[in-house]
Amino acid sequence: MATTITMPQLGETVTEGTVERWLKQPGESVEKYEAFVEVSTDKVNSEVPAPVTGTLREILVQEGTTVATGTAIAIIEEVGAVPAASAAKAAAPGSGASATEPPKTREAMAASANLEPVPGFNLPEMPVQHAGNGHARVAPPDASSETALRGVSPAVRKLAREHRIDVRSIRGTGANGRVTAQDVLAAASAGASAPAAAPPAKPAAAPPLKPGTSTYGEPIPGTLIPLTSARRIIAERMVESKHTAPHAWSMVEVDVTNVWKWRAREKDAFERATGYKLTLLPFFIRAVVESLAGFPLMNARFTADGILVERDVNIGIAIGLPTNLVVPVVKGADKLSIKGLAIASGELIDKARRNKLSADDLQGGTFTVNNNGANGSYASAPIINGGQAGIVTMETVVKKPVVTADEAIAVRSMMNVCLSLDHRVVDGYVASGFLADLKKRLEAMGPSGIL
Amino acid sequence: MAVASGSQTMNNVEAVRATLYEAMKSDDRTVIIGEDVGNRGNVFLITKDFIKEFGPQRVIDTPIAEASIVGIAVGMAMEGLRPIAEIQFADFIYPAFNQIVGEAAKTRYRSNGEYTCPLVIRTPYGGGVRGALSHSVSIEALFYHVPGLKIVAPAFPADVKGLLNAAIDDPDPVLFLEHKKTYRLIKGEVPDGHYTIPIGKADVKKTGTQLTVVSYGLYVHWALEAANALEQEGLSVEVIDLRSIRPMDRTAILQSVRKTRKLLIIHEDNKFGGIGAEISAMVAEEALFDLDAPIRRLAAPDVPAMGYALPLEEEYMSSPAEMADSMREMVKF
Repeated sequence: MATTITMPQLGETVTEGTVERWLKQPGESVEKYEAFVEVSTDKVNSEVPAPVTGTLREILVQEGTTVATGTAIAIIEEVGAVPAASAAKAAAPGSGASATEPPKTREAMAASANLEPVPGFNLPEMPVQHAGNGHARVAPPDASSETALRGVSPAVRKLAREHRIDVRSIRGTGANGRVTAQDVLAAASAGASAPAAAPPAKPAAAPPLKPGTSTYGEPIPGTLIPLTSARRIIAERMVESKHTAPHAWSMVEVDVTNVWKWRAREKDAFERATGYKLTLLPFFIRAVVESLAGFPLMNARFTADGILVERDVNIGIAIGLPTNLVVPVVKGADKLSIKGLAIASGELIDKARRNKLSADDLQGGTFTVNNNGANGSYASAPIINGGQAGIVTMETVVKKPVVTADEAIAVRSMMNVCLSLDHRVVDGYVASGFLADLKKRLEAMGPSGIL
Repeated sequence: MAVASGSQTMNNVEAVRATLYEAMKSDDRTVIIGEDVGNRGNVFLITKDFIKEFGPQRVIDTPIAEASIVGIAVGMAMEGLRPIAEIQFADFIYPAFNQIVGEAAKTRYRSNGEYTCPLVIRTPYGGGVRGALSHSVSIEALFYHVPGLKIVAPAFPADVKGLLNAAIDDPDPVLFLEHKKTYRLIKGEVPDGHYTIPIGKADVKKTGTQLTVVSYGLYVHWALEAANALEQEGLSVEVIDLRSIRPMDRTAILQSVRKTRKLLIIHEDNKFGGIGAEISAMVAEEALFDLDAPIRRLAAPDVPAMGYALPLEEEYMSSPAEMADSMREMVKF
């Protein structure tokens, strides 16, 4: 399709513009948004970006000429469009002759009947590789991948997603190298392992990447950080969880004033006695395991055979490290007191920071707690640890004016608790019941309790 | 389809004639009404000698007045007869449009179910016979928009019999389209005895894995010819004979498209607003994420009519070779 470019209106009161300089000549390719002509008015000089990617077919206004805004100044033939033939036909109905396309009697018939030509006997436009790479001065970095994806059919997209294959890593056998549904299925059966991690084809125009010089701890712009196995596993697990478990999200606001006071009263003595800091975490875990006892479906996992309700209550604690994320597990958390939970979690956090976690420390979690509020996060939508029904976060504790039950306004310490749940396992009914119960338990904790 | 003791080889004309004869014989409420159906015995000799056996009360010759033919038949149907009206060529059906669309199709709804209109309107349609402007048209798209009207267009003699019986038995109006080029061209085994084929059921005439072709009428035969030729090239094309245009067998189409992931619709009628448009829209709505290629329609150009001159007729119609080309491109897409 040919796109006619008109003299832009450069300013509200401007009625005409002068073509200063053509940056492209007829026959040259232009990328969308690439400047292809300079125009000037009495107010401003401006480069005009191309509205489409294609080939500059014709210049209608010569340099130095002033025309009214809205006047056609050039024609760009869009990439992927049926070339010249159709345009030629439009210009001269019935002639139909062109080097690239033989005349079609049907169209001639249609033309003779004073009806629109019927291009209907050709397949819809096939994706065309951008031909102008040689001319294009600046290709957008993702140009090639965009092109590669342009002809991807819905079926291919769906199959690629199901088999977790990057379409760009497949060699297409269809028309013009198109990746077909069969190609995806073939790739899926060929290598269940390899293609998933296969890197996409590198954009030709991108600057060469220097691998190995940059690390996750010290990222250098313009370099490629090689994947550590930990990073690769995190990536795979996150993707797997997001792809397999439909996440739903909910949040409650919890008044932690009393439990906060309790902690304040106990923390110094606790630290002296055990060597571990007393944070809000063990109080929280205790409330979580009590709520899980009342809502066993939250301590469950989805399997092909059914919902497996876990026997043990093993609470994973998400710990963010500078280059890594680990989720060590407090085993049998439901059998530990707040004090026991404080020691167990303190040990695990300590080991994590010293990089001393064993494989066993990281296994067997049935539910996860993420203490997310340390850096001020107010709400978050966590990704479920694969194979569990949910994950809850503790957000930052903030003091706020709150309307209390007796309609007074009081300054209270409030904390948001966010839940992501696997909607295959539980619905909102169970999840919101669980959250309400958790809130009730946390708010009931107070200085009179026993650690 | 319940196959009786045996079967006979018939062409489509013979299948129509045999079925009409049985209907006249077995139910004296059956009446045939149309131009030249009596003394002339129909222009294709479908009702030859019927008037001798069943008399002019039941085999009624009419003037050239299509609105009257259908209008009278609507009245007969509402009052308990089983009229089979004939429009001599589909090209002449337009005067009866109001009787079909405005009256017959709405009878049940208008009377809140008190009246039905058990009417069959038979008409030969389609080109490829040098019929030019007034003996070649396809009319199905003009009528398939109308709720309350069933449209069938069988291509094989056995389907002709089963669907004509179903149309006669149907309590509501059925437009029964007979492709005139297939009348004597297409022969096949027709089971003996009375049987019906449910209206609204398509038939997979050839199974395949790489492309679904949906067609009806004459083009089913040509599509099969093309698909069988492609089989020699190792390309596997499934050919579905729609048989009924409305109601349309969505299940059969979707099932096949979900398997092959590609859909080509071929019809003789022109493309714009044709049967293929409805099928395309339905598949796009129901099975987009199973499609591995754009849906394609091979149909006639949007010109007012099929020309008389052979090159014009050939250009208007899609040949088996053109069908094979389209199929090949689709499979290889």
